[in-house]
Amino acid sequence: MSKLLKPGTYFLEGNIACAEAALLAGCRFYAGYPITPSSELMHHMARRMPEVGGVFIQGEDEIASIMMALGGSAAGLKSMTATSGPGLSLMQESIGLAAMLELPVVIVDIQRAGPSTGIPTLMGQGDIMQAKWGSHGDYEVVAYLPSTPQELFDITIEAFNTAEEYRVPVIVLADKIIGQMYGRIKVPDHSEIKLIERKKPAIPPEKYMEYLPYDSRELIPPFAAAGDGYRIHMTGLMHDDRGYPNLSQEASWKLVTRLVRKIRENARKIAKWGEHWIDDAEYLIVAYGSVSGPVRYAIKKAREEGYKVGLFRPLTAWPFPGWRIKELDNSGVIKKFIVIEVNMGQIYHVVREYVRNAEVIHVPGAPGYLPEPQRILSYIKKFCR
Amino acid sequence: MVLTLSVLKSKSKYRPIFYPELCKGCGICIDVCPVKMLEFSPEFNEKGYHYPRIKDGMEDRCIGCRLCERYCPDLAVYVEVKKE
Amino acid sequence: MIRELPPAYKDIEPLIRIERLPTIWCPACGLGIILKLYTKAIVKSGIPPEKHVIVSGIGCTGRMAGYVRVDSYHVTHGRAIPFAVGIKMAKPWLTVTVISGDGDIASIGGNHLIHAARRNHDITVIVVNNYIYGMTGGQSSPTTPSGSKTMTSPYGHIEEPFNIPYLAYAAGASYIARWTVFHDIQLLNSILKAFRTKGFSVIEVLNPCTVFSYRNNIDMLELIRYFRTRAIVKRDVKFEDLRIEFGKPIIIGEFLHRTDKPSFEEKYLELKKKIGGG
Repeated sequence: MSKLLKPGTYFLEGNIACAEAALLAGCRFYAGYPITPSSELMHHMARRMPEVGGVFIQGEDEIASIMMALGGSAAGLKSMTATSGPGLSLMQESIGLAAMLELPVVIVDIQRAGPSTGIPTLMGQGDIMQAKWGSHGDYEVVAYLPSTPQELFDITIEAFNTAEEYRVPVIVLADKIIGQMYGRIKVPDHSEIKLIERKKPAIPPEKYMEYLPYDSRELIPPFAAAGDGYRIHMTGLMHDDRGYPNLSQEASWKLVTRLVRKIRENARKIAKWGEHWIDDAEYLIVAYGSVSGPVRYAIKKAREEGYKVGLFRPLTAWPFPGWRIKELDNSGVIKKFIVIEVNMGQIYHVVREYVRNAEVIHVPGAPGYLPEPQRILSYIKKFCR
Repeated sequence: MVLTLSVLKSKSKYRPIFYPELCKGCGICIDVCPVKMLEFSPEFNEKGYHYPRIKDGMEDRCIGCRLCERYCPDLAVYVEVKKE
Repeated sequence: MIRELPPAYKDIEPLIRIERLPTIWCPACGLGIILKLYTKAIVKSGIPPEKHVIVSGIGCTGRMAGYVRVDSYHVTHGRAIPFAVGIKMAKPWLTVTVISGDGDIASIGGNHLIHAARRNHDITVIVVNNYIYGMTGGQSSPTTPSGSKTMTSPYGHIEEPFNIPYLAYAAGASYIARWTVFHDIQLLNSILKAFRTKGFSVIEVLNPCTVFSYRNNIDMLELIRYFRTRAIVKRDVKFEDLRIEFGKPIIIGEFLHRTDKPSFEEKYLELKKKIGGG
């Protein structure tokens, strides 16, 4: 533990804070590929992993990186990779595999402006939908939306815990600004950092043959790592409780429902969000990530002029805390939800899904550019009347 | 190798034994047998494959080369070694 | 349901998931022979089965992991090698083997093959080459010989195939061998040697395929006879001369065995010790 960041206050680049948080969370396997604006995270891991006795490898491409991380996870190590939009796109098939094999893994996406090569050095919020729907078929992932380097630090530790607890791939949707800006990072006492490990089988390897590795009555099966002696079989094919390929309708229903129920039934435990100036709010801005910075500033100014506007700040894109949006909508107090994001409408559609009464206004943004506080203030003045 | 009449008449200590339920009727063992002592049986297994049998009168021909056992992809035949 | 195997297989029976037999492979496909040889190699390796891991990709050969009773992983198309590398790097004391097909390893997985060879990861890759994508109905693969017919080369293949041993050699592998599935004794010994080699081992296994035989109007047993009789074992041979051409003799053998190059895992361990991570 002495090789980890000691408790205290630091001034760190977001990417570095994220890497250090991962190490504190117990991450001991990093495989990555260079991509702006996430590379600093990888450079830091290259230096730190040999120090803490972990594994570092630069893969030949993003697909190799995520697959190596999955191999590390299959062997029982907490594993991670970091990338940006284009890399996340490349990793999608492997994310589907992680969901199907129920391998915990953390993927940090330092989003940049897209689509395609886009603007590599400027922020973006264009991967929200990709995080949820990027791979084929039905599965659930958890995706976080930190908005500051401190939040990126805290959320990274939580991401590992969530991945371990639910045996699911977890995506941390940061962006270039959060990743590459410097911020004050408070590292708590290590004893205060709660860590969750994946559930181990309750029976010894010799009793394996009588044991159902994926007893579908349990939502989250225990995890036997490679080399633990259980001689498990994991396959990306549809499989039954034994883990063997089974393409029947019964197996299909049982497996896929369990994969989605794992997260859906625990959505209220997993989802996080922030509510600011909500008590007297009649208009609610929905914003996340680095956009919440200028939004907060604009709201402060607007409230000084008497506008009753608040901020709903999702900290998880998936599962999205839609029930809270629905509650706020049903209360009748909120007249309008104004979704401000730097994309052509991603969280906007999710908010619309939960709002029946109020109006939902969409404020898209040019990928790469934070809306300026003055412009947001002008929107508030325009819509909040 | 010269096969003398006495060798042909002696009772062999080797014999191929088949596990019909594992067989897929591929015919490799029949084709590869150097003394050509195997043929397809008119019987078939649960999957519908005809499995091999020793040709009539050739029960003692097996020379124990074990090519049938080695090349069977389905672990459906082995060569029994009779102990005297 | 299959409950037991013939007594000759008593030693490998605990290593085969017999409850899943018979295998899904076509009658006369040599993959069943490879299953027997790989499990035999595990028994003879002296390394306990708990320390063996098999990773396979997609395709007929990819189904191999599903029949072996060790920690087995059946992953996505072309990605068996990086997954296996991840396991090996996390637990370097495990013996990790990739068994996958020519399309999986040399087409979609080609980049992973050459980089894993370049880094000299201490794993064994058994490339089962049937010259075609069998599982999906018979499309051409990077090893399809020039002139042969497949679903995507119905007029005769106009491409040249990969020379896998040459590719592996150029990329930096430590042990390279090629056998047909009928050269079982040599193949078994190669697998054992690959287990013992500290570095990247590539064993190309030529396997006749019913889909290939059907597309090219060859009787399957005839194709099997061709593999058995037209394969020539050569020792001192140049890698460039290992191309496979339809109708010509196939050169098989053990082509490279280097013991002077440290594996990636050895070097990383050394680095960790030096930097203080133990």
